[in-house]
Amino acid sequence: MMYWLDQIKGDPEANRIVPPSGFTASLTVFTAAVMAFLAVLALSLSMAAGRQAAQWDSALSTSATLRVAPGADAARDLAAALRILETTQGVRSARPLSAAEQQALLAPWLGSAVTLEGVMMPQLIAINSGPDGLDAQGLRLRLAAEVPTAVFDDHQDWRAPLVSAAKRLRLLGWISAVLIAAAMAAVVTLAAQASLAANAGVIAVLRLVGARDSFIEQAFVRRFSLRALVGAAAGTALALIALLLVPAAPSNAVLTSLRPEGWGWGLAMTVPLLAAGVALGATVLAARRALGGLT
Amino acid sequence: MIELENVGYGYDGAALFSGVTAHLAKGSFHFLTGPSGAGKTTLMRLCYGALAPTAGQVRLLGKDVATLDRDAIALLRRKVGVVHQDCQFLDHLSIRENVALPLSVSGRHAEIAGSDLEELLAWVGLSARAEAMPAQLSGGERQRAALARAVIMSPEVVLVDEPTGNVDWEMSQRILRLLVELNKMGKTVLIATHDMSLIRAAKSQIQARVLRIANGDIQAAGADL
Repeated sequence: MMYWLDQIKGDPEANRIVPPSGFTASLTVFTAAVMAFLAVLALSLSMAAGRQAAQWDSALSTSATLRVAPGADAARDLAAALRILETTQGVRSARPLSAAEQQALLAPWLGSAVTLEGVMMPQLIAINSGPDGLDAQGLRLRLAAEVPTAVFDDHQDWRAPLVSAAKRLRLLGWISAVLIAAAMAAVVTLAAQASLAANAGVIAVLRLVGARDSFIEQAFVRRFSLRALVGAAAGTALALIALLLVPAAPSNAVLTSLRPEGWGWGLAMTVPLLAAGVALGATVLAARRALGGLT
Repeated sequence: MIELENVGYGYDGAALFSGVTAHLAKGSFHFLTGPSGAGKTTLMRLCYGALAPTAGQVRLLGKDVATLDRDAIALLRRKVGVVHQDCQFLDHLSIRENVALPLSVSGRHAEIAGSDLEELLAWVGLSARAEAMPAQLSGGERQRAALARAVIMSPEVVLVDEPTGNVDWEMSQRILRLLVELNKMGKTVLIATHDMSLIRAAKSQIQARVLRIANGDIQAAGADL
């Protein structure tokens, strides 16, 4: 731990002795800014996908539908179904949808001008359950015995793939963030190697006069870490501003907002520090490899 | 101080020299001479651990250089002053900063502002040029600045490669006088050179021994000078 702190703190003499190298400085700052921008967006996407998965799972797991078939016995079946629901464990409320509500559900396909009067329509019952769900197995058995025409739908068939897709999206966001960090490490490594190669003459002189590798390393490591920190801070700030400019989703929207929420802001703020850490590690490895190859 | 035992070295499989044995005692003054390409600079680099021998053993200050890691070699180099033919300065630092470089890299920052540095610059005659940049110095001034840098840590051994290659006769005598003074202070001095007049001038002032490297071998060559 002390070693890494020393590397970040650096040696002012080493910084003065090793001359700053031109293009690698701007390359590192620019790359860190772009990578941090993309990393914050990827993390925001990941967190939004996570929230979406939780939201869909929570909303759909507490609602279900019972469909009573039309026919001569429809009224009797509806009453029987409601009676069964009243005594089913976990059911908080059960309400038959009105004709207008059922028509509204069909409006996207049939339009609002079509009247359903005289059409044999199944009667839908909207069921709300508690957070622990309802006894679906027991309900299905009782319905089969007492109202065989009723069909219970707990939305499981389409809820599961939807939630799974949202979770995959969250995973992809994290994988993207890791790949971005890896790409940044690669670019910093290249920049550090270029800088070390450009300073091969300086390194040879330092070695000639008895400089230890740690002394030479520090000049490069601190320089690249600070550049990555500055660049990543700028990229993160730009990304957060961009996210703030994205309109917030209304509370009843199907899709959640991309803006981070709660601890997500804190996570985004750590991106510059993580970038500096990645740059530090990449430069240490590059410096050791380069110094190992020089006499 | 420096012991070479059956030392061999080659590039790309071709032997440059082999079976080289020489012992440089404490306080001795040696010249290493021989034709161009015979391996004088390579042998000097072997002596301070910049190269590892392909055969044999190089012992510097009692330590087998081949067994030392890079940190240990760095610490050993603080006890060995080296002057390259091209001097090797950091061009963005002044002569004062370049001369003080060994102090800087070894963390002896307090001594950089001390009077020893000023005395050293005066000794090599560069007090007035201390703030100049390396590119502004003549060949002789660069050699003297490099010599000052080589001895600022009070090394026990001073290795100098072709110190008079780029300077006129008068300057070469001035540099030689500095090296002789160092030897009289007890430093072990090894100078690689093909300048026979420098060797003759040294032998008139001090007991210097000559090692001649040629045809892949080394031998004492004092009698023919």
